[in-house]
Amino acid sequence: MFQARIHGRGGQGVVTAAELLSVAAFRSGHHAQAFPSFGSERTGAPVVAYCRISDAPIRTREPVVAPDALIVQDVTLLRQVDVTSGLRSGGYLLINTARDPVDLALPLPAEVLLATVPATELAVTHIGRPVPNVALLGGFAALTGLIGLEALAAAIADRFPPQLAAGNEAAARAAFAAVEDPEVRHATAD
Amino acid sequence: MRQQIEGSQAVARTVAACRPQVICAYPISPQTHIVETLSRLVQSGALTGCEYLNVDSEFAAMSAAIGASAAGARTYTATASQGLLYMVEAVYNASGLGLPIVMTVANRAIGAPINIWNDHSDAMSQRDSGWIQLYAEDNQHAADLHVQAYRLAEEVSLPVMVCMDGFILTHAVEEVEVPDAEQVDAFLPPYDPRQVLDPDEPVSIGAMVGPEAFLEVRYLAHLRQMQALATIPRIAADFAAVTGRHRDGLVSRYRMEDADLVVVALGSVLGTLKDTVDSLRDEGLPVGVLGITSFRPFPLAAVGEALAHTSRVLVLEKSLAVGIGGAVSSNVRTALAARPVPTTTVIAGLGGRPILRSSLDTVIRGTLAGEVPDLFFLDLKTDLVEREVARMRAARRSGPAAENILRDVAGVGDPHAVGRPR
Repeated sequence: MFQARIHGRGGQGVVTAAELLSVAAFRSGHHAQAFPSFGSERTGAPVVAYCRISDAPIRTREPVVAPDALIVQDVTLLRQVDVTSGLRSGGYLLINTARDPVDLALPLPAEVLLATVPATELAVTHIGRPVPNVALLGGFAALTGLIGLEALAAAIADRFPPQLAAGNEAAARAAFAAVEDPEVRHATAD
Repeated sequence: MRQQIEGSQAVARTVAACRPQVICAYPISPQTHIVETLSRLVQSGALTGCEYLNVDSEFAAMSAAIGASAAGARTYTATASQGLLYMVEAVYNASGLGLPIVMTVANRAIGAPINIWNDHSDAMSQRDSGWIQLYAEDNQHAADLHVQAYRLAEEVSLPVMVCMDGFILTHAVEEVEVPDAEQVDAFLPPYDPRQVLDPDEPVSIGAMVGPEAFLEVRYLAHLRQMQALATIPRIAADFAAVTGRHRDGLVSRYRMEDADLVVVALGSVLGTLKDTVDSLRDEGLPVGVLGITSFRPFPLAAVGEALAHTSRVLVLEKSLAVGIGGAVSSNVRTALAARPVPTTTVIAGLGGRPILRSSLDTVIRGTLAGEVPDLFFLDLKTDLVEREVARMRAARRSGPAAENILRDVAGVGDPHAVGRPR
């Protein structure tokens, strides 16, 4: 079972991102479960959502406490919330920022594959709005290899009206291409 | 068609496939998505022959449901938490009148203190209201139970609550095969009311009944619930024949073979429990899980039989019966009356406190070892409780407990302590 946790702020589409990730995984033939951490439906407040992906049916309902992967939609959360809590060694961390991952100087477990992508800028370019959630899923697909870009594109097409879907898909593809570049990735020492 | 869908959406689409004729609802989180979707289906014409009433309170919702059902319409509503409490007077009337209304309860805590999160306090408060109560383990189960609920309600002329964990299920996106209209039509016959308000053949429903006959009318309500104990498994089997999806209607057994300890629970926590039990079984620990789907009527015989060979029972409850412990435990103990075994009540998940696998693992191991008291509160932060108890001892005007504890949680300090800055 692969467990992802998405951190962001109210209004950034955190819950939608977890849902889309689960739909993309489902479309790729996996079982998937997405659910939000509830109660903080205020614009700007820290929000967490979870997605589990497995080849067996998923029964557990506990929040993801030991994630295999983290997506951080808002880099300012790094100073406010213990976002990397429980991240396993060998896991993945994707952060929405234009900065180099090494410059963030995060205390991380061993062998974490870390990448950054300017998802907000990509969203503004392709959608015209600073909503980074879907672009980050493109980056997540590239970083983890867990879901295919085509399954993600199909999940996006299911979820949004055509024009918005096209913009989000373009942003996701741009982020995928960016994270595929080994230059933006950084593995912590073992 | 199997699809990746939010629990509320799956339930709304399933209810629509049951062709309700009247839906009356007042939105309250977390069931809002269900009635929102249904209102859209009615407005768009996807759900025909249905009147959607946007009423002005939960009391009005149940009152309108009573009127619609008494006039012979298949009727639906949904609520949660304080919304359920607000409609309680009408809830009792619906069952007392024998009206087969189906209502989703998206389980949530009730205040005070104010809390919007999941537990079973709302539905448990209505366990003796005369409604049948079915608890869903996952969203497939929740969807399927709604179809079965209509068949059951209309067959025995009693209202049915389908209880699904608020947020944990209603807001979870997972795989569900939403029953389609064709399947539902093959399983659910048109509603044929036992009693109906009809201007052409006037009758009165809801007469004043004095001491001469009240007991008999109430006895009949009990009799119909007892009859439902036989009806529920039959309906579950019929549903399986149409959909290929079978779950036992009354209780579900998991890894019960030679189990020395059986954990009894209701609702979505069963999934987490099953995973926990799998890993304990891998270590050779003889543990099983018994899920109760039908809490009302309570399947005394099925529970007694399922627990006939276990030497210890742990009842995990998402509701606190203040002053005694747990309502489910009391019922389970009644089922064990012929062969009492040590039964531990574990209160967990109140007000949305996550029920962690690690905590379940610890409490199950502890119970096997006989180290857990008869009534145990899972993951209780005893330091917070002790600090508040100390404040209450120290001063009469110790202030509101909830706010005091919140301050401790936030680490802001105690404004009532002498010498500390406010």
